[in-house]
Amino acid sequence: MIVERRGWRVRGLKLWLPLGFFLVFTLFPFYWMAITSLKPNSELYSRKIMPLIVYHPTLEHFVNLLTETSFLTWTYNTLLVAVVSTAISLVFGVMLAYPLARMRFAGAALVSFAIAATYLVPQPLLFIPLADIINRLGLGDTLTSVILTYPTLLVPFCAWLLMGYFKSVPHELEDAARIDGATRLQTMFRIFLPLCIPGFISAGIFAFTLAQNEFLYALIFLTKTDVRTVPVGAIAELVRGDVFYWGQLMAAALLGSIPVAIIYSFFVEHYVAGLTSGGVKA
Amino acid sequence: MSAHTQTLARPTTRPRSAVSLRRWTEREAVFSWLMVTPPVLFLLALVGYPFIYGIWLSLENRPVAKPGVFIGLDNFIANFHDPVFWQVAQNTFVYTFAATALKMAGGLALALVMNQDFRFKNLIRAIMLLPFIVPTVLSTIAWMWILDPSFSVVNWFLIRWGIANPGPSWLGNPKLAMFSLIMVNTWRGLPFYAITLLAGLQTISPELYEAATIDGATTFARFRYVTLPLLKPVIFIVTMFSVIFTFSDFQLVYVLTRGGPANATHLFATYAFDVAMGGGQFGLGASIALSMLPPLALLIAGMAWYMRGEKQ
Repeated sequence: MIVERRGWRVRGLKLWLPLGFFLVFTLFPFYWMAITSLKPNSELYSRKIMPLIVYHPTLEHFVNLLTETSFLTWTYNTLLVAVVSTAISLVFGVMLAYPLARMRFAGAALVSFAIAATYLVPQPLLFIPLADIINRLGLGDTLTSVILTYPTLLVPFCAWLLMGYFKSVPHELEDAARIDGATRLQTMFRIFLPLCIPGFISAGIFAFTLAQNEFLYALIFLTKTDVRTVPVGAIAELVRGDVFYWGQLMAAALLGSIPVAIIYSFFVEHYVAGLTSGGVKA
Repeated sequence: MSAHTQTLARPTTRPRSAVSLRRWTEREAVFSWLMVTPPVLFLLALVGYPFIYGIWLSLENRPVAKPGVFIGLDNFIANFHDPVFWQVAQNTFVYTFAATALKMAGGLALALVMNQDFRFKNLIRAIMLLPFIVPTVLSTIAWMWILDPSFSVVNWFLIRWGIANPGPSWLGNPKLAMFSLIMVNTWRGLPFYAITLLAGLQTISPELYEAATIDGATTFARFRYVTLPLLKPVIFIVTMFSVIFTFSDFQLVYVLTRGGPANATHLFATYAFDVAMGGGQFGLGASIALSMLPPLALLIAGMAWYMRGEKQ
């Protein structure tokens, strides 16, 4: 009895207390986002009443957001851009990773060094020249501008992650296919790539969340309402002058987070595998 | 396998040139380069070229939408004499060091806590990662409201509990604004540290701890002499990524303070953005962005050197 009770107490102190602290710290902003979006303005802008509770929940901010602003267009743009740039990045990622992981060729070291370097080049180093290039190409205010530039952030990452995954696949099946006379391309498409689907999911989920998260390029390249993505639209258009529409802003933040959160929740394990592979296996 | 029958039939039906082309592309090096070339060209065009072009821009006086004039190092000299530039440099270092230290300490603590056995571990791990996966700008909007000058929920409690009245201006006071940014950055980046370090911890064999315990090592000694040394490579990689992306952070500052009050929270990225996009001076902006590179390279080289020194 005594041992058990002491064990419970130690466990509370060593596990649940710190864990609870971190959970509250992590989740509070999301809680705050959710309840703010449900509060009527009279509660939002009152300093008297207890702020952690909603007394008269309302959906007016959501309704206004969806009817008075271009939020749905922004959501569509964001998803379209994220899906297309993720697809491009996966294809390019495979094209880089397969030879680098499975073959020997002159210049392989140089290519993999270049990928690592591109991975580590911070975005703010490139946005000014890129803004000029995009303008000269006449791509300003088109979704093409971000569909073209997002893969520069995602390809190195996908290639790196897939390389790690590809290296872990045994060679025997490919060797057997080659001996049976399959070409290299056939071996890759029919034998090798189907074995690597978990790797694609990891890289894809990760790339997708990164693409949804991108802000700087979207802010610079997309200045018209109908081409904006959710983060840029929310910052540029829901803040009108110095007036903040907090209810709408929070509704937008909440709705904008939901697609990522849903996809993430289906593939958490793949996401974590992708996240940790860079650090742990390197 | 279908490939088998196809290739058996092939040599008799194909013309000779096609066969030799096929043979050529089947060579390992040729096949590899055929695969690798398109993405390499893509990256050269949209990363390599802008990078070089950025260096060229930094040597020009280039107002927006006008042709540039080559002025050598004048932009860099102008930066050198600009007190705001030095303030920005200092801000960036303070921000990077403080946020990285907090994320490392907090992330390691959380990883150690989560390295115990408990129920709903995977669920809790998934929840802990939320700040990292939700688009930064959107979660930062929530923080902006938490730290609002008039309706801050933090201040509501400070006033209620009689700690401060009126509550502090979290984003309006230069020192507090920097502090707030560091806290929000920590909130966002801590899960990345925690989950990666947790994965690192799980690769450490329990036998090592048993051996250390038999040798009479205390909890702290086990942490110091078993956990830390084995975790070093992971810590290095995680810190390197974090330093690069904290040093060049843009989103948080742009959303929360736009560099204010009085440039107290401007970082290299936001200052370069202001000068180039707000002020229309592309050349000067490019030179500010480029100034990020040497200190960043030094930081990473220093870390690599430190880690190597530790190993021997």
